[in-house]
Amino acid sequence: MVDTLVFIVAAAICLTGALGVILARNPVHSALMLVMTLFGIAVLFVAQEAHFLAAVQVIVYAGAIVVLFLFVIMLLGVDRAQNLELSILPIQRWAALVFAGGSLLLLVGLIVVVNEPVTGAEAMGGAASGDENVRLLARSLFSDHVYAFELTSLLLVIAVIGAVVLARKPKEIQSAVAEELGDN
Amino acid sequence: MTGDPLYIDGVDLTDLGIMAVKVLVAFTFLLVATMFMVWFERKLISDMQNRIGPNVAGPWGLLQTFADGVKFFFKEDLRPENADPLVFRLAPYISAVTAFLSFAVVPIGGVFGGGSSGTVTIFGRETFLQVADPPIGILLLLAMSSIAVYGVMLAGWASGSKYPLIGSVRASAQAISYEAALGMATVVVVILAGTLSTHGIVAAQSGGISRWFLVSSGIVPFIVFLIAATAELNRPPFDLVEAEQELVGGFHTEYSSIRFALFFLAEFMNVITMSAIMVTLFFGGPAGPILFGMTWFWPTLWFLLKVLAFLFVFVWFRATLPRLRYDQLMHLGWKLLIPLILFWLMFISLKELRATHDWNWLATYGAAFIALAVGASLLLAGLRAGDRAYQKELEDA
Repeated sequence: MVDTLVFIVAAAICLTGALGVILARNPVHSALMLVMTLFGIAVLFVAQEAHFLAAVQVIVYAGAIVVLFLFVIMLLGVDRAQNLELSILPIQRWAALVFAGGSLLLLVGLIVVVNEPVTGAEAMGGAASGDENVRLLARSLFSDHVYAFELTSLLLVIAVIGAVVLARKPKEIQSAVAEELGDN
Repeated sequence: MTGDPLYIDGVDLTDLGIMAVKVLVAFTFLLVATMFMVWFERKLISDMQNRIGPNVAGPWGLLQTFADGVKFFFKEDLRPENADPLVFRLAPYISAVTAFLSFAVVPIGGVFGGGSSGTVTIFGRETFLQVADPPIGILLLLAMSSIAVYGVMLAGWASGSKYPLIGSVRASAQAISYEAALGMATVVVVILAGTLSTHGIVAAQSGGISRWFLVSSGIVPFIVFLIAATAELNRPPFDLVEAEQELVGGFHTEYSSIRFALFFLAEFMNVITMSAIMVTLFFGGPAGPILFGMTWFWPTLWFLLKVLAFLFVFVWFRATLPRLRYDQLMHLGWKLLIPLILFWLMFISLKELRATHDWNWLATYGAAFIALAVGASLLLAGLRAGDRAYQKELEDA
């Protein structure tokens, strides 16, 4: 009974947050609604006995990634409502609708076809206590999925270096151009 | 009680009663402790600065904070015209609530070791002397400290004013930077204890001072944790967030009345919680000799004394150390603390691995030393090149 109740409340929070993200006029409000959704998902993780994932969800997504979103929104000063009608591709809305509907159909279809528990303790063949949770995750991350894991970290490093390169002012280029101009 | 945070297996009145008592005790303890912490800090600072400090309200000025709190309630609650009404109201509560929640995982008493696992019996139930015992244990602290960033950040943004915004951007950048070092220092302790749960960490430290993680982790993680915690709390010398000379009052410039009081409360509560967490992680929590009678009383007393020592240290920092410049703050965090604790984390993991797999002593540490030397020299070369480029840029400008 309790887990059904928890699921209903958490799902309601998730969906409200998700709607808020796309309906809010102010980007900061959207970001906050996203945090709400992430919290709802964390509660769902706890209900599926994935305690570690729930903690990581809050620490990484709510604690770091959305904070960075807010950083960008605040520093770039786009925190005022914008007229979205002007800057939109003509088919963007329809394409979004089609893709969202397609993903939903695919997901529901998969769950119906497979007809087995796909998440949580039942899918793992038994509940794992708090520390066992971490051990299982670490073992599968560093054995079965080690290549995917390392490639992801490589991708992140490339992204960081790319961001630094793009953000640096090309002083050398500027001074080289200035010298060229000065010589002529 | 463990492993069922949602009480799916059902809950009866006794469970509820125990929970209510625990929450009430922790809540009251934190509020009263915060009140005296403010008094303690003001009195101690004035002693160190050779003046008297608060001495009018109550004996030795003890009731000064109480008087201030009452005054806050009667002040006008101002809201700037440019402020975002909803977020402006929300921010103080995020700060205060996260400050309360992180204290929930701290074990404040109970006898650990010697056949006892730290449980006490209340109303015929065995339970730990901590408000909540989530399976993620110490990760709750990290989660709450990353959520606490929102309080500060949103307060600054929602004020619709430039000084609060600058203060809050500084605060969040600082908090995110030092969270990495804080988290990794915690991971060292988790590796040594082999568990995430806070009472498990305390139990792993039972049996004498040499078992405390302060000693067995080699002091470095503790020092990194202390520095990172001070930065995370925005306490001096890392209080750039509210640098009065530059930013008026920082992120809470525009707040008045009880909303300001909530920020103030959250700040001091966080100091107490962080001290309690440090005691739990590195100083054996409530560990200490049980002298005579009343076995439940001594661990709590030792715990409180250790926390008090840390509170003194934080006030001492404030009285002694000048504030860092912003670039110094970032250098310390990213170029010193994070590499240091990363190396230490690797070293501790290797030590544990060697112990479990019974690897050759010389081969393990020899390989580790070579890897460390290569890594350190690469890092130093990189840092030096970066510094040179920075200096050159400064000269060019």
